[in-house]
Amino acid sequence: MEIDPFIFRLSIFILSIFVGYYVVWSVTPSLHTPLMSVTNAISSVIIVGAIIAALAGTSESFFNTSSIFGFIAIILAAINIFGGFLVTQRMLQMYKKKKDKKK
Amino acid sequence: MINANLAAIFYLVSGILFILALRGLSSPDTSRQGNYLGIAGMIIAIVVTFLSIGNFSTSLVYVIILLVIGGAIGAFIAFKIPMTAMPELVAGFHSLVGLAAVFVAIAAFLNPAAFNLGNVGNIKLASLIEMSIGASVGAITFSGSIIAFLKLRGIMSGAPITFSGQHILNLIFGIGIFALIFFLCKTQATNIFWTVIFISFLVGVLLIIPIGGADMPVVISMLNSYSGWAAAGIGFTLENSALIITGALVGSSGAILSYIMCKAMNRSFVSVILGGFGADNSAEDKKDKKEAKPVKSGNAEDAAFLMKNASSVIIVPGYGMAVAQAQHALREMVDKLKKNDIKVTYAIHPVAGRMPGHMNVLLAEANVPYDEVFELEDINNDFANSDVAFVIGANDVTNPIAKTDPKSPIFGMPVLDVEKCKSVLFVKRSLSPGYAGIDNELFYKDNTLMLFADAKKMTEDIVKNLD
Repeated sequence: MEIDPFIFRLSIFILSIFVGYYVVWSVTPSLHTPLMSVTNAISSVIIVGAIIAALAGTSESFFNTSSIFGFIAIILAAINIFGGFLVTQRMLQMYKKKKDKKK
Repeated sequence: MINANLAAIFYLVSGILFILALRGLSSPDTSRQGNYLGIAGMIIAIVVTFLSIGNFSTSLVYVIILLVIGGAIGAFIAFKIPMTAMPELVAGFHSLVGLAAVFVAIAAFLNPAAFNLGNVGNIKLASLIEMSIGASVGAITFSGSIIAFLKLRGIMSGAPITFSGQHILNLIFGIGIFALIFFLCKTQATNIFWTVIFISFLVGVLLIIPIGGADMPVVISMLNSYSGWAAAGIGFTLENSALIITGALVGSSGAILSYIMCKAMNRSFVSVILGGFGADNSAEDKKDKKEAKPVKSGNAEDAAFLMKNASSVIIVPGYGMAVAQAQHALREMVDKLKKNDIKVTYAIHPVAGRMPGHMNVLLAEANVPYDEVFELEDINNDFANSDVAFVIGANDVTNPIAKTDPKSPIFGMPVLDVEKCKSVLFVKRSLSPGYAGIDNELFYKDNTLMLFADAKKMTEDIVKNLD
């Protein structure tokens, strides 16, 4: 019997949960805030779906109801991608070791 | 342009890059590199999506314009936001992910052909279930995060809002959503789909309003987790492994953070969600306890004198420091102490502040090197050997009652053993209890000196007196 592709996706999903579990436990507690902002940024990869929806319309009618939802979702996700990664970067820049400059 | 198999492999690559991005956060040294890997993963995913659609008509121009607009807004927010506002920023961002998930699900429902999911009125059963779950969780994330945002921002009171029958109502709505999804699968009716989304928005609101301000670290982590599950739901609908991997990562990350936060408060996840912590019933008995007990209070001069003559000082920051924006003044004070060869370290309780790691970020902003900042279990034994504990804006996390009184609502919660220090300096505006609504025994100890003032002002005054 052929295996439904859904099962493969489910396998990816479950294995990723385990990967996530071990990776996140190894995150140092002092970086928990950047962890939240970066997970927030990467979950905006949902923009992929928004782009597909937005580009689905034909060239004569790319403004159907479905693609408009796609267009709005693109803006929302883009805010998140740029905002999330940049604010994470800004935070991580601040984490420094004891200054070596002091001689 | 590129075929579906190749695209799937690229999506897998970006999923792996996201895993590595999180892996980088295991130490501050590798974290910046990790963030770049995450950005690379995102770029790959977006470019591959464009290439695999291969539709370079006028609508592509619109997509790019919208990307730039959204990106500019995001970048603007990221650079402008003060570090003290991180909790509300993260809550706000979660709401956007949630809403984006809802919109993508709606788009897929209205135009399933574009996503290879069948035709309108005849969507593949599995896809229909996946997209309605994605939309529902997304909607809960959206409205829940909006409420969390309003509470954190102070637009809405942080006090829990409870009414009778609340839990039953939530339960009915929860069952209702599942029942509706079942009927949706049978009838494919558009109205049912809209109803599912509408009820989910309501559930999000109802879920967060009963949760009090001090439980916000749990709420934010939980919403973080939800946004991941919503993304995973959409990932199944779109048959996109990047989204599935990311959703699973984010979902488990948020769940772990919620667990850590609950454990740090010695509360079960269920009791946090059911809410109502620190409500009026506990406010009654604290009043009569407070009356007669003597409190020693001092001024900046006394505090400066005590610290100058100490050989080691431990600083315990809390939410009050964030509110007063006292981190820079604090750092100035510590610099002065260090010049006098006094050893200074920072002790951070996991739930200090309004989100996981909140205090660490603020101290990092004030240029405090991260190797001077310690977590509860790493520093708790040091209090006994230290001369001064400087508690600034923290309260419940230092309350020794958590170790002694089984009747106390915070009994069993791990606390910082501040009272073991030779002397304790407690910066606070008044004797009022913290969020848990209980009196702090520490205020009345012989070795405690209360410094009644705004955290920032007091710290600045101490700096002046240290000269």
